[in-house]
Amino acid sequence: MSKKDRMSGNQAIALAIRQIDPDVIAAFPITPSTEIPQYVSAFKADGLISTEFITVESEHSAMSACIGASAAGVRAMTATSSAGMALMYEMLYVASSDRLPIVMAAVNRALTGPININADHSDSMGANNSGWIQIYSEDAQEAYDNMLMAHRIAEHEKVMLPVMICQDGFITSHGIENIEVEEDSLVKNFVGEYHPKKHLLNPKEIIGVGPYSISAYYYEMKMGQFHAMENARKVILDVSADFEKTFGRKYGFFEEYRMEDAEFAVLVMSSSAGTGKDAVDALREKGVKAGLVKLRVYRPFPAAELAEAFKGVKALAIMDKCDGLSGNGGPLGAEVRAALYGKTDGIKTINYVFGLGGRDIHVKDFFGIYDDLEALVKGESRPDCKHIGVREKR
Amino acid sequence: MIEIRWHGRGGQGAKTAALLLADAAFETGLYVQGFPEYGPERMGAPITAYNRLSETPIRVHSNIYEPDMVVVVDETLLKAVNVQSGLKEGGKILVNTKQAAEKVAESFPAFNGEIWAIDAVGISKRNLGKSLPNTPLLSAVVRLTGIMDKERFFSDMEHAFAEKFSAKPNVISGNMQALKEAWESALHVNG
Repeated sequence: MSKKDRMSGNQAIALAIRQIDPDVIAAFPITPSTEIPQYVSAFKADGLISTEFITVESEHSAMSACIGASAAGVRAMTATSSAGMALMYEMLYVASSDRLPIVMAAVNRALTGPININADHSDSMGANNSGWIQIYSEDAQEAYDNMLMAHRIAEHEKVMLPVMICQDGFITSHGIENIEVEEDSLVKNFVGEYHPKKHLLNPKEIIGVGPYSISAYYYEMKMGQFHAMENARKVILDVSADFEKTFGRKYGFFEEYRMEDAEFAVLVMSSSAGTGKDAVDALREKGVKAGLVKLRVYRPFPAAELAEAFKGVKALAIMDKCDGLSGNGGPLGAEVRAALYGKTDGIKTINYVFGLGGRDIHVKDFFGIYDDLEALVKGESRPDCKHIGVREKR
Repeated sequence: MIEIRWHGRGGQGAKTAALLLADAAFETGLYVQGFPEYGPERMGAPITAYNRLSETPIRVHSNIYEPDMVVVVDETLLKAVNVQSGLKEGGKILVNTKQAAEKVAESFPAFNGEIWAIDAVGISKRNLGKSLPNTPLLSAVVRLTGIMDKERFFSDMEHAFAEKFSAKPNVISGNMQALKEAWESALHVNG
């Protein structure tokens, strides 16, 4: 039986970690993910977990320690945010190319420059081509549920890739919300034990991990990662289906909200999806055929499925909580437009950048977005990429 | 849905009060949110915290711009921050102050809701021997929201205190007295 409770997103992640009881956690504190290793060290002190908790002097070392532990054949986890994740970048690529199923709790925070502690997606978007599976969470419930699924996905023998479970810093990491939590024993059964086929400490089958890879091998190593990422698609859906069977909550690559007959759609990730759903309900009452898609799985990117989901739509707003400063819109905007190209060319799109450095987005902002989409369909002109929530110049 | 905005200063516990209210409301079976607006977190700087309490699941994840109730933990903020901003017509303002509600109402000449005053610091000093205004404020806020009756609230809080202060049970009775005095002593005028 699941139990009704209330807690923050960081507490929910910490609870999942306690229930999973991983072999190794290596972490360096950084706001707003600091509470996660803090709770874990309390669990450790109270004897609630058997995890080896490695305190390190930097995030680069945290990821390095996870890589060593995972290569040795055990479950390794970490938590980080913002500049901490940026300091890991070099090792993120090592983890994925070494095919190590490390799981990270990523609490999204703006990348420094200027320094800021609040939520946006510039940290994990900067790692979006590092070979990690990326799953985003709307609220504490999804952060918890996604974390319970992470190891099953990462450790699947056809995948063997690291996974990061993302949630919005402070908005969900520090906000108290209702949540349903599962019994320890059921979680343990669902997650299962980790017995890697190959690992460094097996004297019967000596292997090397992370060797220099000359031109004759590097490309093939990358193809291995490519196929693993492709295989992850089915594994993510299978694990999500088993999760629904076990715990009753349904997940896919994305959630479609009132999309059946939608003419105007918004694609958004993480905590702002809930705000958008409230806007959709209000617009539906006025007769506007509004719908919303919340992207959960960003890596691997479900391009074909998204194109299918938006087939009947007249106009689409693609919302990036990150401005890649690419000169071509945000990362999600560029990828979704590429996904639609040649499949659903009739759809008009606007790519919105929003919420940078914790700038709040509220229901009224979504009304403005749906207004833009309606205007676009009526033939009015709108920019390809638009920044919303920016203060007017005084 | 009831939306509440707390105004305090860094270090005074407005965030803790919002989280305590979320806990109390959760115990009654409501859907809750309790969250602070995080900034530089300087001691003494104005800070804001929020609550949503609802009978249906809460999905919105934004700050609160049109609250039903505003709680002012530090009355010096009345001169520094527009605490009334966006407050719904007929809404409620609760101010932690030694002054009478009539006097506080002078700060809100164009307000048509209820203005409440409570001496949470005085209540805390009398019952706990120090200034911890959160507990009395929480009691007054729960009363104003009407989410539960006082017997239920006092009994829930007694259990919560027994758990929280299991190592120092002598502070439980002081906290309970502070809650009870606060429930009865908050007074209001119509603005």
